[in-house]
Amino acid sequence: MFQSLSERLSGVLDKLTRRGSLSEADVTEAMREVRRALLEADVALEVVKDFTDKVKAKAVGQNVIKSVSPGQMVIKIVNDELVAMLGSDAAPIDLVATPPVAILMVGLQGSGKTTTTAKIAYRLTNRDKKRVLMASLDTRRPAAQEQLRVLGEQTQVETLPIIAGQQPLAIASRAMEAARLGGFDVILLDTAGRTTIDEALMAEVAAIKTATNPHETLLVADALTGQDAVNTAKAFESRLGVTGIVLTRVDGDGRGGAALSMRAVTGRPIKLIGVGEKWDALEDFHPDRIANRILGMGDIVSLVEKAAANIDADQAAKMAAKMQKGGFDLQDLADQIKQMEKLGGMGGIMGMMPGVAKMKSAMASMPDGEKMLKRQHAIIMSMTTKERRLPKILDGKRKRRIAAGSGTKVEEVNKLLKQHRDMADMMKAMGKNKGLMGKMAGMMGLGGPSAGMGGPPGGGSLPAGITPEMLEQLKKGEMPKGMPQMPSSGGMPKLPGLGGGGLPGLGGARFPGLPGLPAKKK
Amino acid sequence: MTETPKKSGIMGRLFGRGTATPVVEAPTPVPQAHATEVAVAAAEPRKNWLQRLTSGLAKTSAKLTEGITGIFTKRKLDAETLAELEDVLIQADLGIETATRITAALAKNRLDKSISPEEVRAVLAAEVEKVLTPVARPLIVNGNHKPHVIMVVGVNGGGKTTTIGKLASRYRAEGRSVTIAAGDTFRAAAIDQLKVWGERTGAKVVSGKVGADASGLAFDAFKQARENGSDILIIDTAGRLQNKQALMDELEKVIRVTRKLDPAAPHDVLLVLDATTGQNALNQVEVFRERAGVTGLVMTKLDGTARGGILVAIAAKYGLPVHAVGVGEGIDDLAAFDPGEFARTIAQL
Ligand SMILES: Nc1nc2c(ncn2[C@@H]2O[C@H](COP(=O)(O)OP(=O)(O)OP(=O)(O)O)[C@@H](O)[C@H]2O)c(=O)[nH]1
Ligand SMILES: [Mg+2]
Repeated sequence: MFQSLSERLSGVLDKLTRRGSLSEADVTEAMREVRRALLEADVALEVVKDFTDKVKAKAVGQNVIKSVSPGQMVIKIVNDELVAMLGSDAAPIDLVATPPVAILMVGLQGSGKTTTTAKIAYRLTNRDKKRVLMASLDTRRPAAQEQLRVLGEQTQVETLPIIAGQQPLAIASRAMEAARLGGFDVILLDTAGRTTIDEALMAEVAAIKTATNPHETLLVADALTGQDAVNTAKAFESRLGVTGIVLTRVDGDGRGGAALSMRAVTGRPIKLIGVGEKWDALEDFHPDRIANRILGMGDIVSLVEKAAANIDADQAAKMAAKMQKGGFDLQDLADQIKQMEKLGGMGGIMGMMPGVAKMKSAMASMPDGEKMLKRQHAIIMSMTTKERRLPKILDGKRKRRIAAGSGTKVEEVNKLLKQHRDMADMMKAMGKNKGLMGKMAGMMGLGGPSAGMGGPPGGGSLPAGITPEMLEQLKKGEMPKGMPQMPSSGGMPKLPGLGGGGLPGLGGARFPGLPGLPAKKK
Repeated sequence: MTETPKKSGIMGRLFGRGTATPVVEAPTPVPQAHATEVAVAAAEPRKNWLQRLTSGLAKTSAKLTEGITGIFTKRKLDAETLAELEDVLIQADLGIETATRITAALAKNRLDKSISPEEVRAVLAAEVEKVLTPVARPLIVNGNHKPHVIMVVGVNGGGKTTTIGKLASRYRAEGRSVTIAAGDTFRAAAIDQLKVWGERTGAKVVSGKVGADASGLAFDAFKQARENGSDILIIDTAGRLQNKQALMDELEKVIRVTRKLDPAAPHDVLLVLDATTGQNALNQVEVFRERAGVTGLVMTKLDGTARGGILVAIAAKYGLPVHAVGVGEGIDDLAAFDPGEFARTIAQL
């Protein structure tokens, strides 16, 4: 799956990377070819349009990153949009509910529901050690119930005994009852295939869903599906509310567009893919890996990530030098706040940085975190340049003026000043410790292109004194062992809530940071 | 930190690389019309019944006028309309290449001729129909071979077995005797499924053991069909993806074995195509034709939302006859392939 799409896309995008500069027309042309490639891969037209529009819009708002060609930048954007379209995290089947947990399998005729039912049962039984019961509610296709019974024998999973002439809804109730009485963990309900415009059959499956209250309702769809994928997915989603999608026949050389379309129009994750006729030919779906496979341009993507990290590392390096001298003034604090705001406000380049995503979500989950930053920034912006450089001169009169100018209270101004003092003191203390500051400055971008986080550990160009191990620890948000301890005076301001965050450009290293952010409970 | 300059458009900042490329700002969509509409609605005082009635009537007549002027204001086919039509075709799975070719042909044939919006879809349908008409050919079973051997192939779940049941039913209704070979010895209960169809249609079903060699079974069934004087032998096969070498080899073997009894057999090889299939269907045709000597097509599941437009691309590229279409799961849900109707569905008429 995705092979031909991958070939087409890399062909289109390769051309872009070879150009020194790009015009809008170049991008438009590239997007036309991307559209073509996606359509040929059976991605639904509306999804394709949405995709190319988004990529174009992102490209328009994009900043220049040095050492990255415009084409590479576009590839990164395409990659990110692909990941967004596929969903970023794998979503396994969820069994966290009171047993017996019902899983309802639905889909068109011939999509592979019965085989998939048996594969899931096989996996849950053997890998997850669950007690599983399967029941076929397919009274329409000749020998469908018999088929599931045989599959049960082959996979050694119990099946509900067949009662000839019983209707689907009655079978469903009997299955639930049997699962309860038999102490099963999971009950898999295989249903007959149906077209979405067959109202009677859609009503039937809706009634089955109501009666069995399944924890998962899985839409089983053929990876070879064309444009109809959107109709089918939308219809099942709106009528039943599916919880996930299983794609079958992914081992065929279909182009896999259905995966992109269905996920995009329903927002439901692709949970599993069927990759063969054997019982264990069922795999988890990893969107990020798939996106990478589709694009086949992992190196360019990480190159852009690194370069993006380095931009901010440059700024960070300047900052570090200043701190070393103990000259961290209010203007610097304002710059820091701006940086933080950028993170919260979803910036193009910043958003790409490794580790920043985490930080962003931490910010997002802090009520008023962003508002707080804005107020603090406003306070500083209401100061004169001189006041920012020399906070000492701020007397009561000046503070009242600043408070009025920024629409805050004098107490808030005081609080900010106190926090700034604490930070500056701590930095001075750190600055005396030449070893640590030197190393930090080194990390902050003085070590060449691959010094930024995300660079290959041990890639050879790490700043002197920083071992790959240290880098790893820094990424995890800890001060590396072997580095001098930071002073932990009582007044040391923490950067609460920003779990894995830190100074932009440090990709997750903890940094004595911003005051005033409300603490967030872990 | 230096003052960040106001963000400009990409082409200026990212792609211009310092050159004076004019900055193109992404147009911010301003839902103006919408906003005013809402505002007006909100400001409007409650209407009395007469006002409501007249405004309702006004709306209706406006619509009528629109429709009538639409008919009379013919205009030349413009690029925008053509792009729209191309989209319609793409959404029916014709594939971008075939869609472009058809809209281009439409534009050419209609060059300098005016066309009303109402006509556009009909013209599109006509253009599609042109491609399909030559391939609309029924499956002819003359009495030249006894039995006339029809082998049915395709990917998993496409509708092979069901189509066999429907075909058998039709031949039986014509008074012919039919034997079916349960050649899917792989899938669970495939044999039982076919036996049900045998009961429904009065066709004789020859089956072996699950897991038995499919070619051996086909050979046996052929012999039995001869012995019992059947007019027609239909061989069911297990579904297989065309990229599985071993399974395609197995299919070749089934054919080789039937040729031992009649060098001309199988007389027809039907490829069953699922209407929901996208561009992969082209490859299915290509590979099954090469490996199994496909002579004709049946498209199934046209009773759903899929329009099966890939058939147009297949017709254009391979010219293989389309013998019938499946329009449901019932025994009578097999219809002759009607290119006109098919084309109109594709054009969403
Ligand atoms: N709606 C609809 N369903 C169909 C049609 N033809 C077949 N089906 C259904 O599609 C499903 C698969 O049909 P089968 O005939 O078993 O397909 P097959 O190709 O023999 O499948 P395998 O032998 O498993 O490869 C069944 O549920 C059929 O009832 C059709 O024209 N319309
Ligand atoms: Mg079959």
